[in-house]
Amino acid sequence: MSLRLEQVGVVHANGRRALAAVDLAVAAGTRVALIGPSGAGKTTLLRVAAASLRPTEGRVALLDAQPWALGARALRSLRSRVGVVHQAPPIPPRLRVVSAVLAGRLGQWGLARALRSWVAPADAAGARDALARVGLAERLFDRCDQLSGGQLQRVAVARTLYQSPRLLLADEPVSALDAATADAVLRELVDYSTAAGATFVASLHAVDLALRWFPRVVGVRDGRVMFDLPAADVTPERLAALYAGDLAQEGERPVEESGHGATPPLASA
Amino acid sequence: MTTAAALRPELRDPLARRRLALAITALVVLWPLLRLSDFRPATLFDPVNLHVMATFVAGFLPPSTTPEFLGFLLTATLQTLAMATAGMALAFVVALPLALVATRSLSIAAVGPADGRWRGRVLRQAVRVGMVLLRSVPEVVWALMFVRALGLGPAAGVLALAITYGGMLAKVYAEILESADARPARALLAAGSGRVGALCFGLLPLAAQELVSYTVYRWECAVRAAVVMGFVGAGGLGQLLDQSLKMLSGGEVSSIALVFLALVFLADAISLVLRKVLA
Repeated sequence: MSLRLEQVGVVHANGRRALAAVDLAVAAGTRVALIGPSGAGKTTLLRVAAASLRPTEGRVALLDAQPWALGARALRSLRSRVGVVHQAPPIPPRLRVVSAVLAGRLGQWGLARALRSWVAPADAAGARDALARVGLAERLFDRCDQLSGGQLQRVAVARTLYQSPRLLLADEPVSALDAATADAVLRELVDYSTAAGATFVASLHAVDLALRWFPRVVGVRDGRVMFDLPAADVTPERLAALYAGDLAQEGERPVEESGHGATPPLASA
Repeated sequence: MTTAAALRPELRDPLARRRLALAITALVVLWPLLRLSDFRPATLFDPVNLHVMATFVAGFLPPSTTPEFLGFLLTATLQTLAMATAGMALAFVVALPLALVATRSLSIAAVGPADGRWRGRVLRQAVRVGMVLLRSVPEVVWALMFVRALGLGPAAGVLALAITYGGMLAKVYAEILESADARPARALLAAGSGRVGALCFGLLPLAAQELVSYTVYRWECAVRAAVVMGFVGAGGLGQLLDQSLKMLSGGEVSSIALVFLALVFLADAISLVLRKVLA
């Protein structure tokens, strides 16, 4: 098992409950999409899965280790094998693209290599390869503040690909991208996970993308798992129940796409 | 205006009362302090005092330019600059590890949070206390002590600066780093990076400009502090100024003052150039 959550609950410091009794097991090398209305707890679930948020209840195991029972060094090493694509790229604008990508391996590098890479990029070739996969190879030595928001998100994806994690997590990775680029970036992430045998869990607010790229779909609402089904079994009725009352989603969700195995409407770049 | 607000209570700014109270408190606290410090600006403009000051200032002109004095001035300036720069360099070495430990956004145990967070918190508090101890004693007092131990000369000033400025730099570095967006650093820590990696790739790109301009400003302060420490025997411009004042040679004093002015302009120019480079 790449990821196993048992009866996981999270109550934030302000008393608000974000997750309740979540059970989720994801086998190594498989792909799972998390869908659900905004505020459902998808981000919290992914943070728990990334060992960056400690659940207040329940048990977590990732990559066959229990993160919160590990010592500091082992926890760091475990985290370096989990890659996260965040919804907003956490990249300082003054950083150069090459450094932003290389920072993906800081967890695997020792102090000396990190410092050397800060002075002069340690592995420009590796960074360029990762950037080429998201179509930004020629921006290697540009500064990140010269990129558009969508391009910056692709740099963040390149960073995670460069990290080459065993468990790939993505929190709304393509919500800031146009439809064609979103599809291309998801394809890159899926290709990586297939080629590397890495597990891939992503939250997506575009249901059509979830159904197209992920064989298994988990519906989350109010901090609970509503359904956990093969993509083919996610019916429009289940989606309607999942998103009931969610204003943000109602208009955007392509109704004709919420069936199974429909033809992709987007040109894949 | 006030009456309108009184008539419509729902339009009354709920913060107005607190702001007024704060302003009154500030005045009430400030007034006795001014009395206590014997602050009476009127005495400055008393005709007798004005005359005394005018003669004093007139004695400064023209600035002394004898080759012998200019030679002394050059040596003293270099000595002061060396004292300030060496002191700052040592202070930087002291401050860097302290700031690295004290910055909350670089806490690995805060991600999660993991079990080590109590240890981290205790260590961080201990370092903060250490920083306070370093900077609580003015550098000139340290200099007086070190002059006893090491003898007259700039070495005492260098050590004094290293201690007090080390504490100051560490405190402000940590505060500048904490006021930058912590998310990039947190994301790196969450991906297994160490503190130094998260600092270099997450925080420094955001805070470098501010850190550099604060450091250059502190260097400027160190130059002034080096002058003051000269009065207690640490050499440089301060010692020269002390001698010139004692010999009542105003021309020399004004030459020295012009050097101060030039040094501050220099610091300003350096800061401007570095900020432009890092922009």
